[in-house]
Amino acid sequence: MSESQRELMKGNHAMCLGAIRSGARAYYGYPITPQNEATEYMSFHMPKAGGSFIQAESEIAAINMVFGAAAAGVRAMTSSSSPGISLKQEGISYIAMAELPCVIANVVRCGPGLGNIAPHQGDYFQATRGGGHGDYRTITLAPASVQEMAQLTYKAFDLADEYRNPSLILSDGVIGQMMEPVDLATIPAKDAPKKDWAVGLGQDKRERNVHTTIYLEPEDMAQMHLKLIDKYDRIRREVQYYEEFRTEDADILIVSYGNSSRVARTAIRHLREEGKVKAGMLRTISLWPYPYRILNEIASNYKAILVLEMNWGQMVEDVRLAIGDKTPIHFAGKHGGLLFTPAEIEEFVCAIDKDPNNPKTAWTPIR
Amino acid sequence: MSDVKTIAEPVQEKLVFDRPKSLTKRGFTYCPGCGHGVIHRLVAELIDEFGVQDRAIGMASVGCSVFSYWFFDCDFISCAHGRAPATATGVKRAHPDAFVFSYQGDGDLASIGMAEIMHAANRGEQITVIFVNNAIYGMTGGQMAPTTLENMVTTTSPLGRDPILAGGPIRMVEILANLDGVAFAARGSSSSPRNILKAKAYMKKAFRSQIEKKGFGIVEILSNCNTNWRKTPQEANKFIDEEMVKAFPLGVYKDVFADKSKK
Ligand SMILES: Cc1ncc(C[n+]2csc(CCOP(=O)(O)OP(=O)(O)O)c2C)c(N)n1
Repeated sequence: MSESQRELMKGNHAMCLGAIRSGARAYYGYPITPQNEATEYMSFHMPKAGGSFIQAESEIAAINMVFGAAAAGVRAMTSSSSPGISLKQEGISYIAMAELPCVIANVVRCGPGLGNIAPHQGDYFQATRGGGHGDYRTITLAPASVQEMAQLTYKAFDLADEYRNPSLILSDGVIGQMMEPVDLATIPAKDAPKKDWAVGLGQDKRERNVHTTIYLEPEDMAQMHLKLIDKYDRIRREVQYYEEFRTEDADILIVSYGNSSRVARTAIRHLREEGKVKAGMLRTISLWPYPYRILNEIASNYKAILVLEMNWGQMVEDVRLAIGDKTPIHFAGKHGGLLFTPAEIEEFVCAIDKDPNNPKTAWTPIR
Repeated sequence: MSDVKTIAEPVQEKLVFDRPKSLTKRGFTYCPGCGHGVIHRLVAELIDEFGVQDRAIGMASVGCSVFSYWFFDCDFISCAHGRAPATATGVKRAHPDAFVFSYQGDGDLASIGMAEIMHAANRGEQITVIFVNNAIYGMTGGQMAPTTLENMVTTTSPLGRDPILAGGPIRMVEILANLDGVAFAARGSSSSPRNILKAKAYMKKAFRSQIEKKGFGIVEILSNCNTNWRKTPQEANKFIDEEMVKAFPLGVYKDVFADKSKK
């Protein structure tokens, strides 16, 4: 419909712009590298958009402010990086249980502990398995470009509202910090939907609204669990986002996401140019729900699958869940906050292509 | 909850004393003699008197009052332990014309929620905090709180609170009164009808602070936990008057309405 309006932006800024354009009017955050640009951007642009910004006293306070704003019917967001996201988990659990929509962005750094501020993918389990206490899930989207930082954050708000569930953006220090063009036409400014369940004014003209997470009677709690499970099942069926890259004729399938998938793309192009190996990639965009369906469908088309992650093997478990023993799975990890290089990925791919069942690189849950 | 006890409709010919409109018909589930019921009533009376029931939004905390939304008839959020002032902040920023209040115990506000209360107050959030200090963790069965008196026996200070090891009772309204964002800070008590009326007068000012957009308002109310104090309600109220007030002097610590020189 509209022509493209490209602007060069930092990933963290694009994420915030995506949020504001999707109608977000509350942002609460606490400084932490490598996502400081987000909090800084919001401190200026959120009030300008007529929304509220607070530099909270902690990540705990920030997520609980989001809890309040979300309950009040506002599209609300917080962002942080790994240690700060750990602190938010109790709040995220409450928000999930109260079935309130919001967006939480994790510009992942390297852990555990204080770790370092380099990019990493070590928070995959935390992001895709609920993260806090209790049996819940958060919709998790993983951008691999600055454009996607904007677009997936924009989308995350829609999904959050549609399912009344927190959405997570799982990014990393590279995607957050780098600059790339964003097509602003893909994120047209819009108003957030009205929510009749929100706390607020005019209570004399409606039933009162209460948001709670405590159900002392196991029978009542079971009802709530079943309601949540029903919703999670619906999300699992309806939200499975991925991108296929050169998969049609490939012998080796790389499965990756975010920052690692960018390096993999370069490696795949190079391998093909050199006529070495026909590799392709399934880039997973939704990490919860994981795109099990497509992976299960296509797995047997390949000699082997190579899972690339900047950790010691988290998403690879989902790949195994998706395909079982259909195709040999290999895993290559990267540690400490170091990035993959195209050359080392090419080396992995060539080795696997030669010996698709090599037990040295094969990943198996049974040790 | 299956068997909900409700309050019968009044049958008197001439009503001289009724249930505030802002309380639901549900009967309180607090221990007999506990101060929460009286304090709930005061809050509800003030919501009625200020005519803000249609825009009142309460924050329940984690403690014995976790189900306070059963009793207050207005929008409510049941918050995480200690975080009510942060959640209230998010709500108030979204609805600046709402009347937003939190209702918190001393473990909730003065221990785990210390950061949130300090910073909400320091930002001068336009909210009203009702802080019920019973010197103990009631809901979890009577453990030591930051407000527990010196030498007071609790289940986690079986030999009495030793100030050398565990510090002394923390005086929140005195601390909060020092912050610029605070418009009103006072400490009352629920130990006697006379004190209850005084506490209500304090609470009224904490309501006004918000409604007239003067800033953050807090009233701490000394209350008994006769169950965990292992006392009768009468003995427990006497304990407030004779012992608790020594550590927690009653009175007004900050009042924007009184101080004319300060604007
Ligand atoms: C994060 C967390 N830690 C601990 C608890 C357990 N807990 C429930 S109520 C409570 C103490 C409440 O005491 P207080 O705030 O003094 O209120 P009271 O019950 O005395 O009214 C605690 C520690 C919890 N629910 N959440």
